[in-house]
Amino acid sequence: MRTIVILAIVAAFFTALIFGGNYALRLATIFAMYATLALSWNIIGGLAGYPSFATAAFFGLGTYASAILQSSGMPMLLAWPLGGLTAAVFAAVIGLAILHLKGHYFAIANLALVEVLRELVNINDRLTGGGMGLNLPVTQGGVTQQAVYFLAAMLALAVITLLSAAAVHRGKLGFALRCIQQNEDAAVMLGVNARLYKAAAFTLSAVFPGMAGGIYASWVHYIDPSDVFDILLSVKPLVMVLVGGLGTLFGPVIGAAVFLALEEAVWRSFLTVHAAVLGALIVALILFLPHGLMSINRRRLGAGRT
Amino acid sequence: MIYLQVLANGLVLGGLYAAIAVGFSLVWGVLNVINLLHGSFIILGAYVAFFAHAFYGVHPFLSAPLAGLLLFAIGYSLQGAVINRVIRAPVLMTLTLTFGLDLLLNNAMLLLFKADYRKVVLDPPLGSIVLGPIVLPLDRIAVMILALLMTYGLYRLLRDSKLGRAIIAIRMDREAAALMGVDVMRMQAMTFAIGAFMAGAAGSLLSIIYPISPLNSITFLGKAFVICVIGGLGSVGGAIVGGIALGLIESLTALWFGQEYAVPISFALLVAFLAVRPTGLLGRRGYE
Repeated sequence: MRTIVILAIVAAFFTALIFGGNYALRLATIFAMYATLALSWNIIGGLAGYPSFATAAFFGLGTYASAILQSSGMPMLLAWPLGGLTAAVFAAVIGLAILHLKGHYFAIANLALVEVLRELVNINDRLTGGGMGLNLPVTQGGVTQQAVYFLAAMLALAVITLLSAAAVHRGKLGFALRCIQQNEDAAVMLGVNARLYKAAAFTLSAVFPGMAGGIYASWVHYIDPSDVFDILLSVKPLVMVLVGGLGTLFGPVIGAAVFLALEEAVWRSFLTVHAAVLGALIVALILFLPHGLMSINRRRLGAGRT
Repeated sequence: MIYLQVLANGLVLGGLYAAIAVGFSLVWGVLNVINLLHGSFIILGAYVAFFAHAFYGVHPFLSAPLAGLLLFAIGYSLQGAVINRVIRAPVLMTLTLTFGLDLLLNNAMLLLFKADYRKVVLDPPLGSIVLGPIVLPLDRIAVMILALLMTYGLYRLLRDSKLGRAIIAIRMDREAAALMGVDVMRMQAMTFAIGAFMAGAAGSLLSIIYPISPLNSITFLGKAFVICVIGGLGSVGGAIVGGIALGLIESLTALWFGQEYAVPISFALLVAFLAVRPTGLLGRRGYE
């Protein structure tokens, strides 16, 4: 069942690309970006069970680090990984300070990080352009050529993220994170180095969004603090993961596709109420489908718990 | 001399901040729910005051209980119909749920009230008093006194009334409270409603000080975060200490570094407090 769904999505994806023109290219790029963010969030939020709201912070750091480097003449392909590295270093350092917090306290600390970074970018306008935003050097090539280029970059990143997530899921790290999620105290008693693994998970959940931010900045040519440090960038990935299935490997990808489809189908037609539609979607999801779309299938088959 | 003025400004703001945060703190402490609607509740209360003043000439101090009651009703229904259903779910669920509800409410307010910033302008203005080197606007002092009275009222309610004792019992041990005959679901709805009442009434009061718009609900939510974490979660005393602390932090950072640093510095302090002293300045569990 799962393989069929995945194959169908992949097939639809490439068919749309061939026939859909620039609009489809843009959608596909956003899909790859969403999938990257959701897969990354799932490592800390789904596997370790820590309610991270820091995705926007990582993404924003990545955009600005990479945009500033590019403005000073660095080539894109070097600036993107450095954007990811900046976000990762930030996550590692901050993670050591706040990962001992549980539940609400951790979530609040995350929300505060996004606010602090946005305001700092706003204030340091010599470096970042402040609230006026930052323009990036225009890239060479025609419209379609550029669209294909950035799609390829974002897709490559999504695939790398998926492969890394798969490695985490199957490896020792994933096992440790699941232990932490189920009962952290017990895991520590049994010799799981929770501090180390949580920091690793938090860092991994930062590096890919940071790179995605770098590619995003080059793609749209213009960034400003309220756009890239938008708290919605933290919430959307976790909604995608909830849609697809918390802690599963492919759930985030499916969730990203479903979410993007909804975003395009519903919200673009009702621009003034798109926040309300997102709100209603979230409320309905939490109330009626807390285990994601995958659980519908499971419930109908009567296997597993509901 | 300037320090006296800055300290006075901070203290006066602190009273209002305590009222802004105490409802948020109550809901967080008793229900273990971070109510991301709190900022929008405050703004909705402020709009009640604004329209009551604009259309009927009602003074915001008089419409504050009205705004509180409206929010009480909204809060009671929301908790009773929606949030109670997932209250035992993991933090991520309740947090995301209130985020979704906030998107709905805030979007509705944007459509109804537009994004323009508005402010209640009292006619005639209340003026100000001069105490030696300090000048204090009277409207702010009145707001501070009323806000502190409201906060004290909540404190007495929690201490002395049967309702308050039931709420505290739930905070201490939900199962035991249920065994003692407390209608937990109804009391949870009451708790959330009281939190919303405080937000609405505080919103009314602040409508004469701050310009309001659905867009700045997040500002007040952020202040509630900082106040609860710095003062210490889950007690009226913590909200007052945290409120005054935030008032002073904002005034002093504005003096030393400039207005634009108030938010990053208060949030950075929030993170620092969480990292080092998550129990806040008062450092104990409250409400008992």
